[in-house]
Amino acid sequence: MSVHAPLGTGETAFDRRRRIKGKVFAWMCGAATLVGVAALAILLVDVLIDGLPRLDLAFLNSFASRFPERAGVKAALAGSIWILGLTAVISFPISVAAAIYLEEYAPKGWITKAIQTNIANLAGVPSIVYGILGLALFVRALGLERSVISGALTLSLLIMPVIIMASQEAIRAVPGTIREAAYGLGATRWQVVRHQVLPMAMPGVLTGTILALSRAVGETAPLIMVGAVGFLAFTPSGLTDQFTVLPLQIYSWISRPQDEFRQLAAAGIIVLLALLLTMNAVAIILRNRAQMGR
Amino acid sequence: MSLTAKGSRTLREGVIGAVLFACAAASTLVTIGVVLVLLRETLTFFAEVSLVDFLTDTRWEPMFQDQHFGVMPLLSGSLMVAVGAGVIALPVGLMTAIFLSEYSSSRLRRALKPMLEVLAGIPTVVYGYFALTFITPILRIVFPGTDIFNAASASIVVGVMIIPTVASLSEDALRAVPDSLREGAYGLGATKLEVSTTVVVPAALSGIIASFILAISRAIGETMAVTIAAGNLANLTLNPLESIQTMTAYIVSASLGDTPQGTIAYQTLFAVAMTLFLITLAMNVLSQWVLSRFREEYQ
Repeated sequence: MSVHAPLGTGETAFDRRRRIKGKVFAWMCGAATLVGVAALAILLVDVLIDGLPRLDLAFLNSFASRFPERAGVKAALAGSIWILGLTAVISFPISVAAAIYLEEYAPKGWITKAIQTNIANLAGVPSIVYGILGLALFVRALGLERSVISGALTLSLLIMPVIIMASQEAIRAVPGTIREAAYGLGATRWQVVRHQVLPMAMPGVLTGTILALSRAVGETAPLIMVGAVGFLAFTPSGLTDQFTVLPLQIYSWISRPQDEFRQLAAAGIIVLLALLLTMNAVAIILRNRAQMGR
Repeated sequence: MSLTAKGSRTLREGVIGAVLFACAAASTLVTIGVVLVLLRETLTFFAEVSLVDFLTDTRWEPMFQDQHFGVMPLLSGSLMVAVGAGVIALPVGLMTAIFLSEYSSSRLRRALKPMLEVLAGIPTVVYGYFALTFITPILRIVFPGTDIFNAASASIVVGVMIIPTVASLSEDALRAVPDSLREGAYGLGATKLEVSTTVVVPAALSGIIASFILAISRAIGETMAVTIAAGNLANLTLNPLESIQTMTAYIVSASLGDTPQGTIAYQTLFAVAMTLFLITLAMNVLSQWVLSRFREEYQ
């Protein structure tokens, strides 16, 4: 007997089983996809329910306090913005320069390959190990103490591999014909990079940078290592001032057993997520604009 | 063009090239810095504690009068969380990747992928909050007697956290499989399930396995969620409902306390960090090796 039914006579039991197995598998894959989406939804709803009642202007404009009803995120929000700005200023130029070198200048050889492998490995080093490096190097050896600049330098080291790899991808996407045309007109290598390659790659470079920076804004562990504190009643006014950041403030509130502090943590999370969402929105707008320009 | 103008142009090009090279080479300095910093204090640590004790002692009690420096409880804590997270994230992530690559319409994929990116972008401290205030209470209802801080809650939340890593890297690998392979299989009468599981997944296996290894390595290096949810009790146990301490959580808790430079407590930070660094480095190198060694090249 044939396993396949002749045309028009309906399916055999074998085919029917295959069809049903296929359906079940399709549903399982769909359900698996929903696990991630559902987890995201539950997490956001959970945080919003806990935190929204506590969120108001006074919360944004008050310092941390032993009294939960008076506490706010002023110092943490200011610290996060300081860290964001400084980290951007430090990591962006070095990373883009490294990416330009690797894509446009580097000769093919073992040195280039070693640098490339090293960057890929650095991207996989746990953030807490960068914290240890920051503690030993910036806080202790260079004597920068527990300051904003120590934190920003540490986070810069953490996100530079990510920016370099994203920038390389953006630079690689610039068509070779553009370079050849510019060389044909007598431009030097730097002129080609400066006037042709970089402007075209910039949206991709910026998107990668913003996403990396949003990772820096969400980091907690390395900043604990370099001595950011969870309880601070002033905003930083210089590079060597002590500081705290939103994730650390949230962590210090989570560590307290009372429900009032849990609420504060949830409200702090909403502020942090709003900041990250804004950064991501900017990245998406840049990406869309770049895609339209092509 | 005059000779001097040409000379200054060459000079400028040379300087720019050198500066760019310096920026790229600086990344190797970071690696050297990490290794040197870890090595220096770790060596001092092993001058006082033998490597054998470190690897075989079953107790981690550096702060007690009767000091014990066995890394096993911390290692088993990290592994327990990583295994639990893997049990959740590897199948879910791979099936998500299969769904996105083989089953979903491109419109649905465009809607789903940003959500996975958001999931990947949520700070770990937020996952810690979620574990402690949402997952742990549910666990304590289902399994009465569960500790407030427990490995299971941390495993679940770290599992959710690494789903996007598995899903997006595996999806890239699946989508890199050329359509001609799928069409060949369909032409032989295979169903979509058969095409996906016996043609596409095997063809993309190197990328999928690499994504698994990377995700597990991320789970081992994860810090805040496990510090918040799993507790701070170095505890050699196989029961996921008990409080444990991972390597990362120890580093955080020890650095929050008072650990003056030069003390043995300070050096434990580096010894544990070195262990963590070596494990994650080995896994990352392994995943790159799998990718390059077993990659199926399609033209």
